[in-house]
Amino acid sequence: MRTPVQFSLNGEEVAAFVEGGANLLDALRETVGDLTVKGGCWQGTCGTCTVLIDGAPRLACITLAETCAGRSIETVAGLRRGPDLHPLQTAFIEHFAAQCGYCTPGMLMAAKALLDRKPSPTREEVVEAIGGNICRCTGYEPIIEAILAASRAGDRRSA
Amino acid sequence: MTVAVKTFGRIGEAAAALSAERGARFFGGGTILMRMVNEADPDVATIVRSTDPALARLAVSSGRIELGAGATMAAILAERDLAFLHPVARTIGGPAIREAATIGGNLFAHSPYGDFATALLALDAIVAIAGGFGQREQPIEEFLAGRDRGGRQLVTGVSFRRPAADSFRFVKVARIRPKGVAVLSIAAQLPLASGRISGARIAYGAMDRAPVRAKAAERALEGRTLDAAGVAPAVAVAAEGAAPVDDAIASAWWRREILPVHLRRLLLGAGA
Ligand SMILES: Cc1cc2nc3c(=O)[nH]c(=O)nc-3n(C[C@H](O)[C@H](O)[C@H](O)COP(=O)(O)OP(=O)(O)OC[C@H]3O[C@@H](n4cnc5c(N)ncnc54)[C@H](O)[C@@H]3O)c2cc1C
Repeated sequence: MRTPVQFSLNGEEVAAFVEGGANLLDALRETVGDLTVKGGCWQGTCGTCTVLIDGAPRLACITLAETCAGRSIETVAGLRRGPDLHPLQTAFIEHFAAQCGYCTPGMLMAAKALLDRKPSPTREEVVEAIGGNICRCTGYEPIIEAILAASRAGDRRSA
Repeated sequence: MTVAVKTFGRIGEAAAALSAERGARFFGGGTILMRMVNEADPDVATIVRSTDPALARLAVSSGRIELGAGATMAAILAERDLAFLHPVARTIGGPAIREAATIGGNLFAHSPYGDFATALLALDAIVAIAGGFGQREQPIEEFLAGRDRGGRQLVTGVSFRRPAADSFRFVKVARIRPKGVAVLSIAAQLPLASGRISGARIAYGAMDRAPVRAKAAERALEGRTLDAAGVAPAVAVAAEGAAPVDDAIASAWWRREILPVHLRRLLLGAGA
């Protein structure tokens, strides 16, 4: 049986019909058409499907889509503002933090969850924030550097 | 394969639905259950949910502490009065897992998961259960021993006495930091009377299929002091009663080998 679910996706109201037990990742990609969310393991272990639900990081592949009714969901599709990339996206490019790019959407959203809550995190807090996200080629150092650089860029803008 | 999802406003209704159907599973945060659903596990035909806010309630006082089964690890970490449990909640998965993972789900998680349940075992928690028969309470040790047998019951929460200041200790040994599944975890409640241990509770995670009490070590600690000579008899019997299994994280042999080392460090307050 299909169930209607309505939620806000990157600030816009969307409605989707989901199968019983459908996860949010499949609902976003296959029903809503947001292909910026990637699927890796469908077990909650790799972190590439990380999205924000009401501002908190969540793994879309193990989130029951029905539980998202009335929630606010953010994905990479909502990061850029018009022609401008989000400071995290710019920092990932400048610091070579995306090689194959598979983990990048999840890394960006896990980092956004951190910076929204804590604009100037310590290195340890960055490491902790991406602790559930696996990268198998870029290496964690450039990613950590990029997130720290994005936080410094944010500091300069708000100064 | 699709499953039926049944959502109920009240705990009682969810409990009735859960006990009425063999293939029904209660949905906590879904960090384990959704994987089963994604893999079309035939054991899961129906997901039962409850939106009852009572499930996520945290009632924290200086005496007794009551934690709703639906409370997440993130909620525990946000509660300053539960600081002694933060080192436990913080070791469970990454931040996104902790936003979803509930206490109720942790009580059913199979080894090597179950770090929070291990802590609750050392805290002598009482598990509150709702079933077709109504409400009942069960000591956590009994609950863990029987959890995989019998019908589906809905755990509504856990309660325990707040441990004396600085008497609760926890260590998790993992191969990956900051997020890693347990090679083993140890939780201990070490109350002191005139400088000597009185009524210690020690629990191990990942040393059996479910968290287990280290009763031989507890007995060996009674009346002893927490110094090298005082803890030696407990360390000598550390692995008694433990039945670890081989898995992808570690062999049973390795778990047994390192258990006494980590128990000793924990008892002496020397860290992992
Ligand atoms: C990447 C990853 C890392 C993890 N790391 C850890 C870790 O380090 N330590 C650890 O302990 N665990 C870990 N886990 C396992 C899991 O996230 C936790 O054990 C969590 O607490 C399970 O809770 P849940 O609410 O998500 O359970 P669910 O998936 O909702 O449920 C699990 C089982 O418990 C049953 N259940 C849940 N709540 C109730 C209830 N109230 N009454 C009756 N039955 C119930 C369900 O029916 C199901 O059978 C990890 C999981 C993943 C995917």
